Amino acid sequence: MAFEMKKPSRRQFLIASGLVGGGLMLGYAMSGPSRRERAAGATGTKGGEAMVTTWLKVSPDNIVTVYVPHADMGQGVITALAMMAAEEMEADWSLVRAERAPADLAFANDALRGFFLKDSSVPGMLQGVNQYAWYKVAEGMSLQITGGSSSVRFTGQSGMRHSGAAAKEMLVKAAAARWGVSASDCTASMSTVTGPAGQSATYGELAAEAAEYSPSATPKLKPRKDYTIVGTPKPRFDIPGKVDGSAKYGVDAEVPGMLHAAVKLAPVFGSTVVSYDASEVLKRRGVKQVVEFPAGVAVIADNFWRAKEAALALDVVFDTKGNEATSSETIFAAQAEAIAKGESEEDVEKGDAAAAFAAEGAEIVAGQYRVPYLAHACMEPMNCTVWIRDGKADVWVGSQDALGTRARVADVAGIDFDNVTVHSLLLGGGFGRRIPVRAGRSEFPSEIDWAVMIAKEVDAPVKLVYTREDDIQHDAYRPAVTSHLRAVIGPDGYPTAWENRYVYKDDPAEAAHIPYAVPNQSIRVVELPTEIPRGPWRSVAHTQHTFFSESFVDELAYRAGKDPFEYRRALLKDAPRHLAVLEKAAEMAGWGSKLPEGRYHGIAVQESFESIVAEVAEISIVDGQPRVHRVVAAVDCGEVIHPDTAAQQVESGIIYGLTAALYGEISIEGGAVAQTNFTDYEMLHLSETPEIEVHFMDSNAPIGGLGEPATPVVSAAVANAVYAATGNRVRQLPFKLHDLSTVSDKFAQAAD
Amino acid sequence: MSITLTVNGQRHELDVEPEMPLLWVLRDELGLTGTKFGCGVAACGACTVHVDGVAMRTCVTPVEAADGASITTIEGLAEASGAAPGELSALQAAWVAKQVPQCGYCQSGMLMAVSALLTENPQPTDEDIDAAITNVCRCGTYPRIRAAIRDVTAA
Ligand code: FES
Ligand code: FES
Repeated sequence: MAFEMKKPSRRQFLIASGLVGGGLMLGYAMSGPSRRERAAGATGTKGGEAMVTTWLKVSPDNIVTVYVPHADMGQGVITALAMMAAEEMEADWSLVRAERAPADLAFANDALRGFFLKDSSVPGMLQGVNQYAWYKVAEGMSLQITGGSSSVRFTGQSGMRHSGAAAKEMLVKAAAARWGVSASDCTASMSTVTGPAGQSATYGELAAEAAEYSPSATPKLKPRKDYTIVGTPKPRFDIPGKVDGSAKYGVDAEVPGMLHAAVKLAPVFGSTVVSYDASEVLKRRGVKQVVEFPAGVAVIADNFWRAKEAALALDVVFDTKGNEATSSETIFAAQAEAIAKGESEEDVEKGDAAAAFAAEGAEIVAGQYRVPYLAHACMEPMNCTVWIRDGKADVWVGSQDALGTRARVADVAGIDFDNVTVHSLLLGGGFGRRIPVRAGRSEFPSEIDWAVMIAKEVDAPVKLVYTREDDIQHDAYRPAVTSHLRAVIGPDGYPTAWENRYVYKDDPAEAAHIPYAVPNQSIRVVELPTEIPRGPWRSVAHTQHTFFSESFVDELAYRAGKDPFEYRRALLKDAPRHLAVLEKAAEMAGWGSKLPEGRYHGIAVQESFESIVAEVAEISIVDGQPRVHRVVAAVDCGEVIHPDTAAQQVESGIIYGLTAALYGEISIEGGAVAQTNFTDYEMLHLSETPEIEVHFMDSNAPIGGLGEPATPVVSAAVANAVYAATGNRVRQLPFKLHDLSTVSDKFAQAAD
Repeated sequence: MSITLTVNGQRHELDVEPEMPLLWVLRDELGLTGTKFGCGVAACGACTVHVDGVAMRTCVTPVEAADGASITTIEGLAEASGAAPGELSALQAAWVAKQVPQCGYCQSGMLMAVSALLTENPQPTDEDIDAAITNVCRCGTYPRIRAAIRDVTAA
């Protein structure tokens, strides 16, 4: 997502330690920036760097526990990462457990070290680890961000595999020493080491002796053909608690003595509180207190409903700072104007696009595209529980970045970093929303900031919960973006020049780039900040640009009178991975074969987060709207660790993207969000869900992301199918804005 | 006002406002957090429980409407379905077998809605399922929800 993701090139090290009672603990860490830099990075303008640390524990009872430093938002990452470690370790999968590592592990200094000397305070997973090991790993740990589809790519690849392989080597060495044989004559399999004369010892039995060895810095990794765990659909560890009601999310935090907070937030962005009269609500049953903060007023009560009803009843006067003049209309008008003015910064300049457009008799095609703001609408409304007392803060929250949250809380509370503890709970959806500093844009405060400010004024733990209305109206939105595209069509129908002028450069930087062989390209960006809070949204800038570029290529194909699939094929002749997924998706969909009456296909392809996804949507038009019957996706994400959760991520991404394409629109009216709840920010339901078919390419490419890359492609695939069906080129999302019931005249004639 | 609820077989006498939605009584007064808050306006189904066997969206159900009723929440679903202690109901087991949940937040409500449907209509058509299961899942687990329902109806 929207922060820098450095490849693990920094100093990396493995450390190991014995455990009281005869276990082995092994950690993998990367040296990161200093604590001061990290704190600054997490609250300042840059999102910070991604560091990872892995812990493996082998207990005397032969159980291997893998501690994963990422949030599992349902993408199965905890299970997938444990599989990678277990594979290299040759562990018996039935004896492997996995847990999320605590955020409070991360930073060490003398104060923290003292803290952990008291045995009772040691996080469960580290009971008995010696002080030195603790200190070393703590030095090396840093931000535990989950985003940018990075967990498996970086943590898994670097941390899990190496830790697992190193642990195995140590266990084998211990066995060899015990039996007085050479390590090369011993084999490890199913959590047991076997010696040349048939000796055998379990990992649990060997753990204490193995801890005497230093882990190798360069352990030997297994060749992929020998995998027995990776690539198989192991049941996820997190599922059982999610079917019996026992899973605990941030909103379920329960702290003895806890009170509940609900807020009345200023509807207009950037407003501040002028005055309010709380005398009436303070008389209500259960209401304890009201607390003012810059963007609103909180009511504190002994039950959330009482707090919420009182907050609703509260009359607050806000100073809107003139921001009520802002609307979606003014924002889009400003974007069009800024693009027309022509002051832009270079994104891609290749060949001489200007000359191609200026050439005498150039055949030019143009399309002006735009997409609106979008809310994330995580199923679990935003919430944060904070307890501030005696110069310390405890925070209970489900976050995509537990340590960033810790830094942010320290900053807002004015409490020393070391005195903040984050208790990580499950996330009821993330999608880029649950990042504490809005991707480093501290000018857009979040509910975490408010929760801390409120908790500072209350003499008890306080759980702040946003209503769905708060959540929809006070998100960090996927930005509204305009893109003006033009192309010069050569005599053979293929583009000789491609021009894109768009607003707002987001991450990833390459989102507006195209994979097609177009010799002259001019892709330029205009910056135009607004006061509407923005943040990463599943697949970030790809959500807009895939729709723009992949729709426009389709326009060109029709203009050239060519089949849109064949047209792309020709333009992808130098992009073999793109070509392969495109062809696979077309084959799966039965592209070109006769479809049932009234059904049409649309195709699109996009690379994002180092994975390439091609999708074909099959639609019909019902009541002027696309009805999507089937979506097929061909995915090249490199090696697939867990085929079942991988497929699930693609299904999920398609449904998330389709929801936005069909219905998603946050509009700004009078400086505020017009939508309120699922009633007017509509969601896809079971009845509208297409049949989805996913195929993973057999690929040796490096592992790519999976949480996001399926999302952006579907809007273009559906738009292209809509064109095939009706001749209407949809250049503004969502589809619900358009009446697609009539087939355009020109198109009907052409089809005859 | 005193309200009497029997929740997962346990009787509770409560002194709460009659208009307080059942959702907040379950979550904040009884500490049963398996029932989730999603929208507060009956638009998502995250808060679904069984009130005398009928699926209800509790965010808009005043507790007085459930006075004297027998309520089953996700925490009591297995037992109410006749599963042995510590075991899952057939529906929950199908959810595990099909690995349905992603973030999992909507799944309590989904399971409660689907189990009520299947009690009433053990062999629903796809259209019956579409019409009855209008719960929202932002993670898009819908294809697996349908598959898990089919696991149970095929059994
Ligand atoms: S919370 Fe009750 S239906 Fe959404
Ligand atoms: S599993 Fe996340 S909302 Fe349904």
